[in-house]
Amino acid sequence: MTTPPPLLQTRRLAVSIGQRIFCCDLDLSLHAGERLAILGRNGAGKSTLLSVLAGLRAPQHGEVLLKGAGYAELGPRKSALIRGWLPQSRGDAFASTVLETALVGRHPHLDRWGWESAKDAQIVRRALAAVDLAEFEQRDIQTLSGGERQRLAIATLLAQQPELFLLDEPVAYLDLKHQIAMLELFAGAARDCGAAVAMVLHEPALAWRYCDRVLLVHGDGATECGPVREMLTADKLSALYDYPMLALERDGQLCLIPQ
Amino acid sequence: MPTRHRALAILALLTGASLGSMLLALAVGSMHIPVGDVFNALFGGEGSLSGDVVAHLRLPRALAGFACGGLLALSGALLQVLLRNPLADPYILGISGGAGVGAILAILLGLGVAGINGASFVGALAAMVVVFGLAHGDGSWTQTRLLLTGVIVAAGCGALVALILSIAPDHKLHGMLFWLMGDLSQATNPKLVLGVLAAVLFVAMPFARELNLLARGPDMAQALGVQVGSLRRGVYIVASLATAVAVTQTGSIGFIGLIVPHLVRLAVGNDQRLLLPASALAGGSLLVVADTLARSLIAPQQLPVGVLTALIGVPVFLFLLARDSRLRR
Repeated sequence: MTTPPPLLQTRRLAVSIGQRIFCCDLDLSLHAGERLAILGRNGAGKSTLLSVLAGLRAPQHGEVLLKGAGYAELGPRKSALIRGWLPQSRGDAFASTVLETALVGRHPHLDRWGWESAKDAQIVRRALAAVDLAEFEQRDIQTLSGGERQRLAIATLLAQQPELFLLDEPVAYLDLKHQIAMLELFAGAARDCGAAVAMVLHEPALAWRYCDRVLLVHGDGATECGPVREMLTADKLSALYDYPMLALERDGQLCLIPQ
Repeated sequence: MPTRHRALAILALLTGASLGSMLLALAVGSMHIPVGDVFNALFGGEGSLSGDVVAHLRLPRALAGFACGGLLALSGALLQVLLRNPLADPYILGISGGAGVGAILAILLGLGVAGINGASFVGALAAMVVVFGLAHGDGSWTQTRLLLTGVIVAAGCGALVALILSIAPDHKLHGMLFWLMGDLSQATNPKLVLGVLAAVLFVAMPFARELNLLARGPDMAQALGVQVGSLRRGVYIVASLATAVAVTQTGSIGFIGLIVPHLVRLAVGNDQRLLLPASALAGGSLLVVADTLARSLIAPQQLPVGVLTALIGVPVFLFLLARDSRLRR
């Protein structure tokens, strides 16, 4: 029996916008159950790289494969059954309830003329409960706070039930309790459901705690990828953020202090 | 929670309202015809004067009005999704401006009804191609760029219309103004517009749920499995053609395309699977009622129907807006 192809794989991937090169010759593979953190300075190209991985933007060179097949080959709907993407920012042009918004996540599972069934509603209600929004079903999204809106976006993504989660700053706008709760959710999906997770983070301590591997994006085209322990060192992070850092390890947790 | 059951119930209600508006249009006018005689005229009785008025004057006009109102409302709903802007209307991208230049030019040259219709359709298509070409230019196609291009082309057309109006001889001004304000008296080809309305609904409905996603943002829609590029182009072409056909038949009737989708959205929510057909029915009914008023208020004189749609639409809209903000608090 051959091993299944990785959920996400890149081959000699190059990503750039205009003259700015964010990464070149990136070979990356992410298998079921693996969690990858993407770290880098503001404007280093983390979100651009993530949207290339999500198939929303074409790479300069190279290819991105989901389970061994390219996005063009799969088509948008089959891709949406495999990978889910959490955007960094959202603009809501129209009023809508929390329940209706989360139901959007079921789109790839319905056929062209299909309407959301009771089963879809059940999946969505479970997702809303998981992000602590069970009581909010009928609220208008335009009345939600930034953190509540972020958790609703996560619930929509959970309702989509993808195998590969691509998360652009999943803990943005969240209070400490919900930061941990949301990262636990994705860690649980990787551990129990065989999902793979790649997330852009700004907090190396959270990457240490919730990821197996780290991709450092330096912003000049250079990238480094490796296990958490090798990547999250004071030296590497000081170079990455261009600011001297002190790393302390205690009870298995990492603490980074800007000097 | 959106369900097919609820959608069908609301659509049945609106179909009833549409039939009611048609009946009103057939019965009311400079010559009052009792409802019983209207049925007689429709299903048998030939030859009587009231039968002729109903079958040959009022029915074609009411059907054409219904179809044009439906097309404008549908096109407005589609463009509001495409531009992700609840204030978009069928004229915002310059279609009616182009049609206006064509029609006014035709009136200035003394062409007949067919010439005016043809010229306005060519004008609308020209505006559509120019806006699409300019906005599409470098391949990136943001809604801001499309909106700005459309608004500028519309402004240019407005200036051309003003120029022609200022040099036109006096006896042609009245016809030009009526065309610009919207007028159903020349709309005598209901089969064409009804056919186009049915075709637009037929093409748009299979994509209704994808439009729901597009309204939430192109990236989000793409990530959830929508072919955003081709969907956007399709929506632009279908909405523009719908507007062009309606404007060619009736002149630029304002407010229907802006207010009807908005009203329907406030009343039943923003699910395009319900919003699109409901807007078509409500837009058709509103235009039929407004046209009935326009030709009966100071009969035998006729008012431009565009003035009536605005006079009905504005207070209803303000009322719903006030109600909506109170509910949300």
